[in-house]
Formats: sequence, C-alpha cells, structure tokens
Amino acid sequence: MSDSKIQNLYDQRKLSPFLDDDDEIAPGEKHLHKEMIINMGPQHPSTHGVLRLVLELDGETITEVHPHIGYLHRGIEKLAENRNYAQVMPLTDRLDYVSSMTNNLGYAVAVEKLMDLKLPPRANYIRMIMAEMSRICSHLLFLGCHALDIGAMTVFLYCFREREYLIDLFELICGARLTVTYIKIGGVRRDINQEFIDKLYKFTEEFEAHIEEYDTLIRENRIWLERTVGIGVIPPDVAISYGLSGPTLRGSGVNYDIRKAEPYCAYDEIDFEVPLGKNCDTYDRYRCRVEEMRQSNRIIRQCLDKLPKGSIQTENPKVVLPQKDMVMRDIEHLIHQFYLVIKGFSIPKGEVYSATEAPKGELGFYIVSNGTNMPHRVKVRAPSFVNLEVLPYMSRGHLLADIIACIGTLDIVLGECDR
Amino acid sequence: MTQEEIVKKIEENFEEQITGVYYFAGQGNVSVKAKKILDICKFLRDEPGLEFDYLADLAGADYPDRPYEEGRFEVVYNLYSTKRNHRIRIKVGLPEDNPVVESVVGLWVTADWHEREAFDLYGIKFNNHPNLKRILMPDDYQWHPLRKEFPVQGY
Repeated sequence: MSDSKIQNLYDQRKLSPFLDDDDEIAPGEKHLHKEMIINMGPQHPSTHGVLRLVLELDGETITEVHPHIGYLHRGIEKLAENRNYAQVMPLTDRLDYVSSMTNNLGYAVAVEKLMDLKLPPRANYIRMIMAEMSRICSHLLFLGCHALDIGAMTVFLYCFREREYLIDLFELICGARLTVTYIKIGGVRRDINQEFIDKLYKFTEEFEAHIEEYDTLIRENRIWLERTVGIGVIPPDVAISYGLSGPTLRGSGVNYDIRKAEPYCAYDEIDFEVPLGKNCDTYDRYRCRVEEMRQSNRIIRQCLDKLPKGSIQTENPKVVLPQKDMVMRDIEHLIHQFYLVIKGFSIPKGEVYSATEAPKGELGFYIVSNGTNMPHRVKVRAPSFVNLEVLPYMSRGHLLADIIACIGTLDIVLGECDR
Repeated sequence: MTQEEIVKKIEENFEEQITGVYYFAGQGNVSVKAKKILDICKFLRDEPGLEFDYLADLAGADYPDRPYEEGRFEVVYNLYSTKRNHRIRIKVGLPEDNPVVESVVGLWVTADWHEREAFDLYGIKFNNHPNLKRILMPDDYQWHPLRKEFPVQGY
C-alpha cells in the first residue's frame, strides 16, 4: 500500500483512530471493525535498530504491516566505488556490526575469487575459526535479545556472559572488539598465538554445557512455547520465493547452507551438520540457531585440532605488504610498501558474485572490476534486507504482541539492511 | 549442470534475444535484450533441469562510458537453484533516456525490495511493479545517488 493510501485511511478517520464522542459504542461490533493504524519505531526497543513499522490493526489483530527502512543508510556501496579494494574492508565491518568477521570474510572471498587468489591452509583455518566464533556471537545475541523481547530476562544475561568471552578473544587477537577488520584480502592480519588457542579450547569444552544451561530455561518453558509455537509460519516454497536464507530459511526445512552447497575456505574438510526445522515457525527457527551454535562449536574444535602450520597470508607480492624488516633495509621494498598503501592493487576486468554463509544468511558480494584499483560496482546482498521483506507475510493475522516475536526471529541487523 | 550447459539451454530457446555471453571466474554471464526478460526468467524458473527457484540478488549498475546501443544502465539477476545447486547471471542493458524493464516480482516475490532499491539508487523503472517507490532514501529525495555522476561529497 502506498503512503498516499495510508494518508487516505488517516483522512477517513480524521487522524484519530479512536472513537469519536458521538459514536455509538454499545453493540461493540462497530468499533471492532474500525481499523486502527499505529506507528512503531524507528526508536523502539524491540525493533532491533532503526526499523519503522506502520501497522494496520483490527482490534489487536494485525491486518497489514508496512516496513520503512533506510534510517541507517550510509551509502556504503557508493563509498566502496571510490576507495581501493583494501580500503573497502573497514566499511564491511559496519554492515552486520554484530558479526563483522563474517562480513570481512565475505568480501575477502569475493575479491580473491575475482583475482583467482589461492590461500595457504592455515589462513583458511583461522578464517573458519573466526567466522564460527562470530556466528556463535551473533546467535547468542539473537537468543538473548529474542528472549528479552518475549519476556525472559535471565537468558539475556547468560548469553552475554559467553559473548563477552568471545569478544575478549577478538580483542586479544586484533585489538578490536566489534569492528575488527581482522581478515584481509589474501589472508588474515595477524597470526593467532598460544594464549588464544588455549582460551578457545577452554571455551569449546565448556560451551556445550553453557548452551544446555540457558536452553533448559526456555526450551520447555510454557510461556516461551505459547509465544513462539505456530507464530510466524513460513512454508518452504514461500520461503524460497521470498529469497530467505540462513537459519530463517532452514527453520522452514529447506536444506540450503552455502558452507555445504558451495564450500569456501576449507569447510569441505570439516565434519558438521545442518540443522533443519519442521514446523516452519518461530520456535523451529530458534531451535535451528541453538543447534547451529553447537555445530559451530564443533567446527571450531575441529579447526583447532587440525590447525595447519605455515603462512597466514598468500605469497603474492601484488596483494600483501612486504616484510617489515625488508622495508627498513632496502628501497625497493619501501617503494613497494608505499605504493601498496597509497595506491592499492589493480584487478583485471571482470565481475563475480560470491556468496558466503553469514550468521543471518547468504551474504553475497557482486563486484565488478574495471581494471583499476577501485571497484566499479560493489553490490552487497545483505541477508537482513532480504529476510525483512517477509515480515508482513508472516505477521498478518497475528496479535500485536506477536510482531515482536516475528522481528526477533528474523534476526535482522539494520546496519546491514540499510547499508 | 555446468555453466556452459545452462547457457546452451538458454541459447537454444532464446537465440535472437541474447546479445552476449561471457565467462569469468567460472561464472557464466548472459546478456539479453530487455524486451523478453520476463519470458526468459519464467523459462529459467520453470524449465526442468534448470529450476532457478531462488533469486539470490538483483542489482542495478551504471556504465556511463558504454555506447548508446548497449545501454548505460544494467540490471543484473543472480539466480540460484536450491534443487540443482547451480547459479547463472542474467544481465539486461537499458538505455540512458528510458531505463525501463519488466518487473519480475510475479516470478520471485523477493524481487520487490531489490527492484525498489534499483529504482531508488539508479532510477531504473520496473513495469508492473506493485509498489515502486523509494526504499532507502527519503520519499522526497530528488536524485539517484549510485549514478556515477552523483558526487560522493557535496550534497
């Protein structure tokens, strides 16, 4: 429905959705059929950012939802067209800011595909560890906030305890907690040290018990079940047509995980399962995400066990900076470093669409190179943007309170949605 | 199916519609004329063996240096098949003075917001779109910011 139509509806009701004094209230029927339009957001604690919804209500039942997005639009795609390839990396941190590692990874994989760059195995394994840590962080945030929205406060506190531990590990390895810029084109920025490995081992050993700890709080909780079972049902064919991805799609029972379908990094060498839902509702999507945390934990464990020795970045001098001691010693390396930092590297003409499995779903980068050091076009296929589109479909016919559960289950981040 | 087989299948059915085919990094790109895009997309979605049921991405693009016949604007459809696990990219060139193409919302519902975004940022119009208005920029905004002539700073 267009804004003018909404305006008409407003006009018909003289801007007052409530009953006029001279209206007959007695039979009850009249005011039940009077449609009410209310505005929710952009500043609302449970819209997970600056999402604005215009809701049409019949009593307490939602008849239509009109999402309005764009409040956090920073023009990242435009900015990316005016920076060289390495300088785009910090922008990707600001897409899905609760799991910036996977954004870095998605962009790096796309550019490497464009350049046909192969990475040493150690770099791939470190990348997988980081991506899965990020996934656990993101799902913990989802679980905590989703439970908080629905009314279970305790889970939130437990989830943030583990999330804090992982973010401290990010800080240990690259100095930043959220906007990490840790993964770079051609490898990763720093090698992981023994302290990091020991702490992560400790985490993987304890995490299974931690999941159990807060999962028992809500898994069979009657209030939780009442609020989630049968809410926001998306049948599989609808989910595919809406282009959903990630746990939102897999909760509907569609087996599409890019880590399995088109393995990148070294996911084909790792043993893990893809959890699927059956009933396509909010509860199943929550189960999927909890299961996914267990699988991510398994992946991290395997990566740590198998972690190969060797270099953390590609040998290609066109992409990576020269060794620092060489830069200090002779002029050629100094010039090389200077040139790479100031000008960056050029990529031959071509275009590529590369999809990776971010915690929210399929994070795609469509990059067109025109042969210079700056991309001609960077299109970010943001999972939150696409997943949010299904919100009107899934919340129609539910009660007003259920839209909170519907927003929570989509697990959107507006930074990625608005770009 | 490999990229070559998919392209061959499109060529067999829509030979006169194709303006160019090229492969890069193992990905097939098929440029087609704008006129029959709906038929081609419908064919790709429904043909047994292809079954592109998933529109992964729809992007606009701007190439100001191209000759007029090729079209300055481009709409790029990144298709994926959840059943067959293959991808293909379809591209449509659109002229600068009248960038109009048929909407594919009837085939993939997800195209709705993608097309609104392309309209918002590039000014590409989509025929028969149910609700073609700006999505990221404010409704009263006058420009299309991802066009190449739009400055990064200054507005």
